[in-house]
Amino acid sequence: MNATRAYLPAVALLLLAGLIPVLVAANTVLNFIVFTLIIALAAQGWNLLGGFGGQFSFGHAAFFGTGAYATAILQARYGVNAWAGFAIGIALSAAVGWMIGYLSFRSGLRGSYFALVTLAFAEVFRILANASAFTGGAAGTLVRLDMRPENFQFASRAVFVWIALALVGFVLIMTIAIGRARFGAWLAAVRENEDAARALGVDVLGVKLKAITLSAGVTGAAGALYVQYYLYLDANIAYGAWISVEALIAPIIGGIGTPLGPVIGAVTLHGLGELTKLFAGRIPGIDLVIYGALLVAAIAFAPDGIMGLLRKAQRRKDADKATDQNVTEGTL
Amino acid sequence: MILSVNTVTKRFGGLVAVDAASLSVAPGSITGLIGPNGAGKTTLFAVIAGFERASNGRVVFDGHDITAEPAHLRARRGIARTFQIVQPFAGLSVVENIAVGAYLRHAGRDAAQEKAREVADLVGLSAMLGQPASALTVSGRKRLELARALATQPTLLLLDEVLAGLNPSEIRDMIPVIRQIRDGGVTILMVEHVMQAVMSLCEDIHVLAQGRIIAQGTPGEVAENTAVIEAYLGHGAARRLHAAGAAHA
Amino acid sequence: MFAPDIILAAVLNGLMTGSVYALIALGLTLVYGVLHIINFAHGATLTAAMFAVYVAHTVFRLDPYLALVIVTPLFFGLGYGLQRFVIGPASHGEDRNILLVTLGLSILIENAMLAMFRSDTRSIDVPYAFSSIDLGFTFLALPRVLAFGVALLVALLLGLLLTRTDTGKAIRAVAKEKTGAALAGIDVAHIYAVTFGLGAACVAIAACLLMPTFYVTPRAGNAFVLVAFTIVVLGGMGSIPGALIGALFIGVVESLCGLFFGESLGQIGIFLIFILVLLVKPTGLFGARA
Repeated sequence: MNATRAYLPAVALLLLAGLIPVLVAANTVLNFIVFTLIIALAAQGWNLLGGFGGQFSFGHAAFFGTGAYATAILQARYGVNAWAGFAIGIALSAAVGWMIGYLSFRSGLRGSYFALVTLAFAEVFRILANASAFTGGAAGTLVRLDMRPENFQFASRAVFVWIALALVGFVLIMTIAIGRARFGAWLAAVRENEDAARALGVDVLGVKLKAITLSAGVTGAAGALYVQYYLYLDANIAYGAWISVEALIAPIIGGIGTPLGPVIGAVTLHGLGELTKLFAGRIPGIDLVIYGALLVAAIAFAPDGIMGLLRKAQRRKDADKATDQNVTEGTL
Repeated sequence: MILSVNTVTKRFGGLVAVDAASLSVAPGSITGLIGPNGAGKTTLFAVIAGFERASNGRVVFDGHDITAEPAHLRARRGIARTFQIVQPFAGLSVVENIAVGAYLRHAGRDAAQEKAREVADLVGLSAMLGQPASALTVSGRKRLELARALATQPTLLLLDEVLAGLNPSEIRDMIPVIRQIRDGGVTILMVEHVMQAVMSLCEDIHVLAQGRIIAQGTPGEVAENTAVIEAYLGHGAARRLHAAGAAHA
Repeated sequence: MFAPDIILAAVLNGLMTGSVYALIALGLTLVYGVLHIINFAHGATLTAAMFAVYVAHTVFRLDPYLALVIVTPLFFGLGYGLQRFVIGPASHGEDRNILLVTLGLSILIENAMLAMFRSDTRSIDVPYAFSSIDLGFTFLALPRVLAFGVALLVALLLGLLLTRTDTGKAIRAVAKEKTGAALAGIDVAHIYAVTFGLGAACVAIAACLLMPTFYVTPRAGNAFVLVAFTIVVLGGMGSIPGALIGALFIGVVESLCGLFFGESLGQIGIFLIFILVLLVKPTGLFGARA
């Protein structure tokens, strides 16, 4: 596949999505889009480590929460500029990712064990954030409302849609580039077979650490964006299991290890979530019942997610075309 | 010598898998490592490639002591290995599999893919480039194993039973490929059970039995060696064979 | 400092909490030992069992200890069916798929409970809830003493089942070498499902023992199962004696930490032990296989 063909669908999709705020002004719709994009961003982070690297984290909340808390606390407590806080938040979550990765990968944790240890780290952070005065304890942390661009706050929701889109788009293009680069090949090799990768000169620990650092930074950006949009945070939002679950389900539904998968997954999940709320009313948890069922169904019937189904359909079309050609060649 | 193994011992708990084994490989040679099942050949390979740490002894490659170096750094130095039980990246295509190896020396995608195609051509996989590795036959997987290792552009290639599991005609196809690799400037150390291949390919053979090197020499010398025959066929076999030979004469 | 009898009381209380942890951990470790996978739906199963006991009491006026006789076989059947007809077929024999399928089930079950029962805290009233035994220096709550006894009994029965019965031997054979077991004529899918059923049954018994003194919310099971993860890792994944000893140990640690550092930080202690053990010695402190 040549470079243009690899990036074209992603860029086209982004430009199309960028038009939405121009066409729609309804706050509920824009709210929905921003929230879905935040989830998509968190899921893109998970996908870098889980999808491309094959290391399933059940605790990406640790990174989401760190990005969010750092951004909020730097502003609220230390008066740091919001944009700088945003950048520092991303860097801090990346650092936390590196630390968790260093501890667990160096001990050789994989599979269930890695899932468990990431879950445990996220829980420790949640309990600490909930108990500590520094993070505002159970009452949470507020970012002072002051709608000015230099504060990363905007009166118009459309601007937020564009910022979220830009972030998702940036990560999307970065992910495609990784998939086509040496790092992507090494990551896939580590996912498929660590011993074979090592024999071919791949520094397995180094590759995993790079992946989890990048992954944590991206999911941390989602957390930082969350707090700038909602201006409020508590331990259950920041470090709660909900975001670990969202970040993991979206790529699996959308297509694990594909650049577009997390975005498509997040849109599908939250689209369905909204639909269920429409039909089933405000029954708490009903959307998550659907998510759980979808996760099981996806693994059972579509292990490569929506992207996998699309590819299969495409291949079938190509195959049909190829048979047609063969037939014509044969008759000639 | 491109590779010297000096009195390497490898213990697993109480079990001594390799017992003070020494061997050396001349640059540009095809050197064989043979021995009965369970002799410790694969373990010795693992120690040379850095997958197991030697309990004692030293491994010297190209003048550098690499005894303590991790596997991926040895690969960078120019040691490549294949696995006795093939380890394909099952979810990747054939060309992607080989490209992982090629990326060691080629940072760019185009260069790595180019190298991967070139190597695929050499081992006879060019018709299957786009196929998933999981779709290959046994012989295809062996070739893929070889191709990936070659794509790292090694100076020393460790082949662990690349011929095992192939039928006679596939073996006949493979032998010239191995010779061609050597002629391309790659030194080869091979563990092999297919004797006719070992005898026709190797210039120098080391024989490992119960973790110890019991003989070393040209194929002809090794085949005549009493200790070797006994290691394979049991105590007293050499004497009986000679007696039988004398009787026929 | 605290007087020795207060510490002793805390230790006894810890042992009793630990016994219920043991039941939950036994189910988890049993499934891990056989399927080599962590059942992330274990917590949701516990929640479901607690709600089953709750419904049995409020709707059918059934005492929780009597409910045990119904809820336990019911959950054995549910666990069996879940593995046989959902988890097994859905995961295509891949470990990491089982991991994700059980996670999906846990999300589904937990939120189905939330949809049905809302997030209110619910408990049941039994006449003996506050009965206690006077030890002179402290009082022990009768339901908790009872829970301690039943939990140890169940652990003993489970041990006997695994060592003395044909099914138990088949389970151990599958745990050791499933291909070999299949060649010997053991129906591996059936044994997997039986194991899952046993895991669910353990949790059902735990629910019956918990409900007289505890409450249930749609997330109640999670807190217990996170502790159970710690126990299972501490005791060595798949080891039954390890789970038992680990559970009693963790019960005591939690109780003492609660005494010295307060409730919420007592929980942190457990997680820190958990992470440390995972990082330093993932095979567990009490030996057992990797």
